[in-house]
Amino acid sequence: MEKIAFEVHDMTVAYQRRPVLWDIDLSIPEGKLVGIVGPNGAGKTTLIKAALGLVTLASGKVEIYGKSYEEQRHLIGYVPQRESVDWDFPVTVRDVVLMGTYGRLGWFRRPGKAEREIADRCLQQVGMAGYAKRQIRQLSGGQQQRVFLARALAEDAQLYFLDEPFAGVDAATEAAIVELLHALRSSGKTVLVVHHDLQTVSDYFDYVILLNMRLVACGPVETTFTTENLQKTYGGRLTILDEAAEAIRRQKPLP
Amino acid sequence: MISLSLSDKVMIGTALLGGMAGVVGSFAVLRGRALVGDMLAHAALPGVCLAFLITGQRNLLNLSAGALVTGLLAIGAVTVITRWTRTKEDAAIGIVLSTFFGAGVVLLSIVQKPTTSGNKAGLNSYLFGEPGGMLNSDLVVLAVVAVVVLAAVILFFKEFELTCFDTDFARSQGWPTLWLDLAMLAMLATVTIVGLPIVGVILMAAMIIMPAATARFWTNRLPVLLLVSGLVGAAAGLIGTQVGRGYPAGAAIVLTAASLFLVSLLFAPQRGIVSKLLSEYRLRRRVAEEHLLRALFELGEAELPAVPAINLSTLRDYRHWWSLERLLERARDEQLIEWDKNQVQLTPLGLRRAAQITKAHRLWELYLVRHADIAPDHVDRDADDVEHLLPESLVAKLEQELAAEGRLPTVLAEMPISPHEIHSEQGGTTL
Repeated sequence: MEKIAFEVHDMTVAYQRRPVLWDIDLSIPEGKLVGIVGPNGAGKTTLIKAALGLVTLASGKVEIYGKSYEEQRHLIGYVPQRESVDWDFPVTVRDVVLMGTYGRLGWFRRPGKAEREIADRCLQQVGMAGYAKRQIRQLSGGQQQRVFLARALAEDAQLYFLDEPFAGVDAATEAAIVELLHALRSSGKTVLVVHHDLQTVSDYFDYVILLNMRLVACGPVETTFTTENLQKTYGGRLTILDEAAEAIRRQKPLP
Repeated sequence: MISLSLSDKVMIGTALLGGMAGVVGSFAVLRGRALVGDMLAHAALPGVCLAFLITGQRNLLNLSAGALVTGLLAIGAVTVITRWTRTKEDAAIGIVLSTFFGAGVVLLSIVQKPTTSGNKAGLNSYLFGEPGGMLNSDLVVLAVVAVVVLAAVILFFKEFELTCFDTDFARSQGWPTLWLDLAMLAMLATVTIVGLPIVGVILMAAMIIMPAATARFWTNRLPVLLLVSGLVGAAAGLIGTQVGRGYPAGAAIVLTAASLFLVSLLFAPQRGIVSKLLSEYRLRRRVAEEHLLRALFELGEAELPAVPAINLSTLRDYRHWWSLERLLERARDEQLIEWDKNQVQLTPLGLRRAAQITKAHRLWELYLVRHADIAPDHVDRDADDVEHLLPESLVAKLEQELAAEGRLPTVLAEMPISPHEIHSEQGGTTL
């Protein structure tokens, strides 16, 4: 029987009494690449933040490998949205990646030679080996995204949460990130990714969470990513439905 | 401590204050809290007056306790206003700052009425700062605070850095970011409050902001930034009290800090204005020279490997030039061309440079036309040469494409690098 990496029970999240997520119930088996899909304001980012304990739950609970987030923190890697930080901050690329090791280091201990080696290895994995000493201000959007990915890799986690890693990156970086995601899956990691492009969902992911304030559906892409479910997720928005229909058509020829 | 003259005390005290304000201020500025220091300073005034009215004594600890209480009240007020109303944080800070300061000025006038008892000497210093009234005990307080702040920054460097840069990520790793934030705020409040009698309520914010802003010009690394910021603050304190004797000390210190900021703004490498203008000028000169060489190369390209002399008028018509004569003079000085009245000819060195430039230009053009949409993020914009600007595999591909069109400047391949080989292989002919 396959292990459950991530599980949410009856979770409701509210910002100042306005509910953002209602009664979410879902479970994700280990080793899956999971797309989190839904319209703007559907609570995709909130789902991730709730999983990481960054927002307070109004009710329900989140379990990571069967235990609470506090106990399993060391199993988690996080890639926040790129815009969430000040890219003029006086640190180098390697400094940022080193931050991934801080959780393991604990209080007062400074990153040393071993940590620097980890950081450089992670930078290599995302194709940024030559950039270790660069000031982060000099990076392009896709490079910033890859630095954030390297930092999450340095956390050496089992379960990764990525918030819109494909936002504003070029085709080559997108391909590199997808390759990296597949490599993570083959080494048994579970990865949840907030994703916007319906066209690529069935190419990139093997599991999908359809979200619009409540959970519309959660399961393998083949059975869950259907026109019917997308209609429920996006309501009557025509343009998006067209896109969805296109996405389904693309999916059809595949076995 | 036993027998320090007053001027020594003032020197040590202001330097200590400037140093720690620089270090603590760096974190505040990076966290986007520069104005919180300003508010704390202004909001401290009513607390200072109240503490004096209650205790009737002017000693740093008493008054600082009062300052801390009203300072915290002010922070609370801003939090409440931004949380429960639609007022933005900067507006809320403005409201709270001026309200508390107004109350402070009223209380100060009550303190100064002849009917109020107690030794009021020095209370006025809280407005504009007066290190001359520094007691031995004040110096001890400053030293203790400096040691504690420095120790905290060294101990918690990694934690503060992470919290300032990416709070959510820090929390996801389990760091108590609320407490770390509060610790930084507490350091800011403490330094602000012990600095009040020296620099004054109104100018204390400058001590928090200016050293950090100055240091940012000189470095891209946080540890260095903290060090430089501390040194700038200490220097401002030292120089300000020395040079500004006879003037209000707070103003003298702040003006010194402002001068250091101005010098950095102008002369810092990379980020300074002068260096930016210089590099812009150099870039323009280089681009002009490259245009010249490329124009000469392209005008004679059909006749390669012979290098024809180009008529000056042909060259002038080839593209729009901006002071062509000066450009030609400079190129001649660099031995890239030979220029004889109306004829211009590339030298062997000039030809090689021109071929390189033309090749790079064409590669870059081709890249922009055909491949830019695929991989703009793979462009290394800091590199000078197109060969280093783009990934190697892409350059190889572009070269193939150029060669297929017959536009790859082939003279490079035919031209040996070393002049010695030119003689042996090509019989001494200049190409």
